[in-house]
Parts: sequence; C-alpha cells; structure tokens
Amino acid sequence: MNPAKTGAKMGATIDTSGNRIAARFAHLKKHKRAGLVTFIMANDPTPGTFMDILEGLPSVGADIIEIGVPFSDPMADGPSIQAAGQRALKHNTSLRDVLAAVTAFRRNEIDTPIILMGYYNPIYRYGAQEFAQDAAAAGVDGVIVVDLPPEESEELHVHLRANDIHMIFLTAPTSSDARLPDILRRASGFIYHVAITGITGTASASEEVVKAATARLRRHTDLPLAVGFGIKTPEQAKAIAAHCDAAVVGSAIVDVIGKGVNVEGKIDPGLTTKVLEFVKSLAVGVHGTWP
Amino acid sequence: MAEALNTYRGGADENGHFGLFGGRYVAETLMPLILDLEKAYDAAKNDPAFHAQLTDLHTHYAGRPSPLYFAERLTAHLGGAKIYLKREELNHTGSHKINNCLGQILVAMRMGKTRIIAETGAGSHGVATATVCARFGLKCVVYMGAKDMERQKPNVFRMQLLGAEVRPVEKGAATLKDALNEALRDWVANVNDTYYLIGTCAGPHPYPTMVRDFQCIIGDEVRTQLQAAEGRLPDSVVAAVGGGSNAIGIFHPFLDDPTVKIYGVEAEGHGANSGAHAMSIGGGSPGVLHGNRTYLLQDENGQIKDAHSISAGLDYPGIGPEHAWLHFQGRVQYVSATDKEALAAFQLCSKLEGILPALESAHAMAYVEKLAPTLPADHIIVANLSGRGDKDVFTVADALGAKL
Repeated sequence: MNPAKTGAKMGATIDTSGNRIAARFAHLKKHKRAGLVTFIMANDPTPGTFMDILEGLPSVGADIIEIGVPFSDPMADGPSIQAAGQRALKHNTSLRDVLAAVTAFRRNEIDTPIILMGYYNPIYRYGAQEFAQDAAAAGVDGVIVVDLPPEESEELHVHLRANDIHMIFLTAPTSSDARLPDILRRASGFIYHVAITGITGTASASEEVVKAATARLRRHTDLPLAVGFGIKTPEQAKAIAAHCDAAVVGSAIVDVIGKGVNVEGKIDPGLTTKVLEFVKSLAVGVHGTWP
Repeated sequence: MAEALNTYRGGADENGHFGLFGGRYVAETLMPLILDLEKAYDAAKNDPAFHAQLTDLHTHYAGRPSPLYFAERLTAHLGGAKIYLKREELNHTGSHKINNCLGQILVAMRMGKTRIIAETGAGSHGVATATVCARFGLKCVVYMGAKDMERQKPNVFRMQLLGAEVRPVEKGAATLKDALNEALRDWVANVNDTYYLIGTCAGPHPYPTMVRDFQCIIGDEVRTQLQAAEGRLPDSVVAAVGGGSNAIGIFHPFLDDPTVKIYGVEAEGHGANSGAHAMSIGGGSPGVLHGNRTYLLQDENGQIKDAHSISAGLDYPGIGPEHAWLHFQGRVQYVSATDKEALAAFQLCSKLEGILPALESAHAMAYVEKLAPTLPADHIIVANLSGRGDKDVFTVADALGAKL
C-alpha cells in the first residue's frame, strides 16, 4: 500500500504485529495514559551498576527504554550525555557489549521495548546487516541514529526492516511541512520529536511550543508521538506528556548517575536506588496524564 | 585501483556523494539548514554579480593573484627537478584560507545571516574568518581546541584584535576535531541567525564542493602562471593534506591532465607505526564523522582516535571526502612526512629561499625534498606554500630546544 496514493497519513508502513513498541503504545492507549521513555547510557557508570539500573527501570514505570551507544564524538549531545559517553568508553564499551547487555536484560523482561540510540559510525563499522541481525537476536525493538537523516538512512534501514526492527526518525522544529512527509513515509514505531533547536539536556521548550509542534505533526501522521530534549523534572514531563503519547527524559537521569560518581571514579553505593527513585517520580508525573 | 574515468572533475552527485564518500550525515535539526545552504550556493554560483564581487575582493582585498615563484636555490640544492612554489602565504591573512572565507561570507550575507561561527586548528582559518567578519561587520565566534590555543597564541590574539570571540574547547584531545564538534553544537542551537563557515573541504554536502570551488582559484592561477613562465603544464603537483582544502584547490584544475602526477602529503607525526600521526588515508579506514563518510582514524569499534601532528592545522583524524574518492580512484597519490621531516624542511626553506613556510606547508616541502632529487632537471614540480610560518615560530623554537 502506498499511503501517499491512498491519501492516508504517513507512517506505519511495516507490519508491527507482535512488536513490543506497538503493543506498548496500545497498552498505554487502553489505560488512557501517556508513556515515559527513559534514556541511559550503556555501561554508565560501570557495567554492573548500569545493568542494575536497566533491570530496575520497568518496575518503576519506564514504558520504553532507550540505551545510548557511546561514541567518541557525540555532536548532538550536551555536556551530561557527553560525560556519560566518556564514562562508558572508560570501560571500552563497544556496540557488541551493548547488544550483550540487551540479551541479558531480555532473559527476565520480554515486554518493555528497547531502543538503541547513538551515532552511525559504530554501526557502520560493525556492518549494517550484521548489526541488524544481531540486534534482532538480542531483542532490540528500535534504533535511533542521530546523524542518519532520511536522505542517508536507507543503507541501514533496509537491513532493519528485514529484521523487524523499527527505525525511529527524529523530527525537529526546523523540519518544514514540505519536508515532514519525506521523513514520515519512512517512519515506523513512533516519531521522536526534538522539542528544541539545540543539543540534549540544555534548553527546554515551553508547553505552548510543544503543543503547537505536536498538533502540526498530528496533521501528518497517526504514529505515536514521543517528545524529548530539555525535559528535566516530573512537572515538565507531566506538562509535555499532556500533548503527546510519550515524554522522553535522558540528560536529567544521566545527571543523577553522573552525580553518583566522585572524581576518583568511586560509585555511590546508593546510586541505583537514587536513579530508580527519580525515574519513579517522573513516571508518577507522566502517568497521570492523557492527551 | 578503480578503472580510469573520463573526468575526475565531475564532483559530487545530487546527494553530495563522491562514490562511497561524502553525503549529509547530520542531525535532522541541521538538515533543512544545509539544504537551504545548497540552494543559496547554487544561486550564487550562477549569479555574475556574485562572481564580480568575489573577484573584486580577491584583487583589492586579498591581493590575488598570488605569485608562482621559481625556487632557484632550493632547486640547485636538491639537484633534480625544477621547483616552483605557489605563494598562497602572501595572501592577506597569510594563507589560502582567505579564498574560501571571502566566498562563504558573501553566501552567508545573501542568506541574511548575521552571526558567523567557525572552527580552527592552527588558527589560520579562524583568522581568515575573523577578518572577513570584521570587513563586513558580522558577529564572529571561533571554536578552538585549548591545546591549539596554547600552541598558536599569536593567532588567538589576532582573532581577538579582529573582534572575534575565541571560545576554548577543553573536551577530548582539545584540538581541531573537538572544535568542530562544539561548532556543530552551537549551530544546532542557533539555527536562525547563524552561518557555519567551515574551513576545510569536509563536513556535510555542500561544504566539500563549495570549499573546493572557492579554493580552485589556486590551481587555476598556477595553470596560467606556469604557462607564462614555462609554456606548459607542471609534471608534479604537491600539497599538504589535513582536511585538504589547499590541496583540493591546487589539485582539482589538473585532475583531468593525465601527465600531471599529483601528491597529497599527510602528516605522519612520530611515524606511521607510532600510533601518533594524522594519516587518515595512510593509516585509517572509511567511516562517518562530522557530516560525511571518508577515511578516518578509528578503532575496531568505530570510536574516533586522536590524531597527532606537530602542525595544528593537520592534527585532524579525517580528510575531505573528495580526497577519499581521489585516493580510491587512484588519481592522487597520498604520501606522508613526519614531524621531524617537516621541521627540517621548515628550516631548509627558510634558509635557502628566505621563506618561512607554515608547518602545514612544510609537510609538502618535506615531500618535495624526497621527490626532487629523483627526477630530471626538466621535470617541473609545483608545491603549494599554503601558509606562512610566522604563526609557528613558538612551536618550532620549542621543538628545536630554543628559548624565546
């Protein structure tokens, strides 16, 4: 089916039956609540603590989990996520290690969608086809590649489609109405709207700006809308979630992790609890909301 | 090696790819901006008024054409090929960087941008950007690695005198790669009024093509000047390659002349096997960074490795995508010179010709020293003297153990 020809809205062009992302958004819709998407960097601050946090996230209300794949040159990230990436790279964290962590997570958890988020070079170096196969085997549901705009996406997307992994596309305030259909016709899973023009964890968009942005996106797509960049508190998360299907929080969580590591690299023994308590406070805010 | 092509000057395809290389690997927020830039540049390229203004600036502001100079004593000393130097160091601001900055600042103003950002390694591009911003009254912010600010102090102060704000970048190795990351982060946060004036023939399309076009004046002039001096084409053309803007500028007009051998000289740092060099082609592999696919220094997991060169301008772990393609096609030979060889060439050129070459250009001179003695007296080499060495006197003094 060509959605452009039938006049239908763009998106959802691949079969999502049995997919955790579609199931999760259907579940949220059924319970009339918005979702919380949480971002943490793989192996931050250590492989062990990361695994503890990851495994604890579903029980404190994370509906979808994004795992950052560390990259030496994260040009779209602010200081918090840059620092998280550096902590991860101290453990020589590779894309293979990230997939191993997902495999371990999936031994006990089969419902919460896992999205890998990062930059293209580690995937390109791994090999797009091999990556798509291994990610599917590990239990990855979606992939966000920050520096792979629609114009360059096909070389990876073709392999992701073949392995039933969603390529999650980003939209930005600068994406014009003329450009949106080009993005959305490729999109599946959900749309990740970047609320601000800027890097992660810096400025925050006002509720009014987000409301207008999601209304504009709604004219183009029926896919679930997640909004992220600059959401730092339970109050902000709640306010933003009122205008979309899910709020994404990254830097604020990563900051809690960063504060639990002292200058010598020693980890606060209560860190996992602190991170999960913060996520719980975010979830309470978001889950009380339904657009 | 790939099959010989009818032309090597065809440039990128409509999506900015040079074969496997190039492209537009940027975040969605920036994508509409680079598409706008492409449109604005295409319009400028086809506007005679744009070219008339640029030519006027070249002549009366930058001092073009730069001389093509027969290096008589160096030729006699090396005892082989006849050596000509393209004197880009005599341009206003002291390097070839002004060629690109004049072109891009006119494009930026056509787009109605009021704030200019740039990255710089050695400071040559930063100075050239600060200069054109002063000339046209635009706000200028230059990102520079903290390590580079330390080794290029005179250029930092020059930029400040020209009214630019120089922002130190402490992250990573605190060199050119990190300055580029910060400039991209600034751009994504200031999309409405800001123009990113990239200094080398790298980054997302259309930058590699646009920068090349603005630098081709170097090779175009060499053709005319050598015709006047010798009545023929050169046999060899040599230029140093970091990102590769001075090199692509002198190479490109000769790509379709099969008798002209072309050499790009990468910075070999402490040596090819030392792990401390900046040889993206000689010691790297294809990858994606800073908006384009090209040869990169990277580990087996796709993490970018820090480059090393005594020359701040070559201290970058990538290379422009058109160079990657020319290497892949086998049209240009990419060779290398070490820190030590560049230092020796710096001194030789200074003593024999009375010209202090930039440490970047000294890498080209080091290869000329290797090449010339192996060739007959009727062989003509043209080397691009892309910048002047005044900015490097502290680094050279330090390396030679002299106290200033």
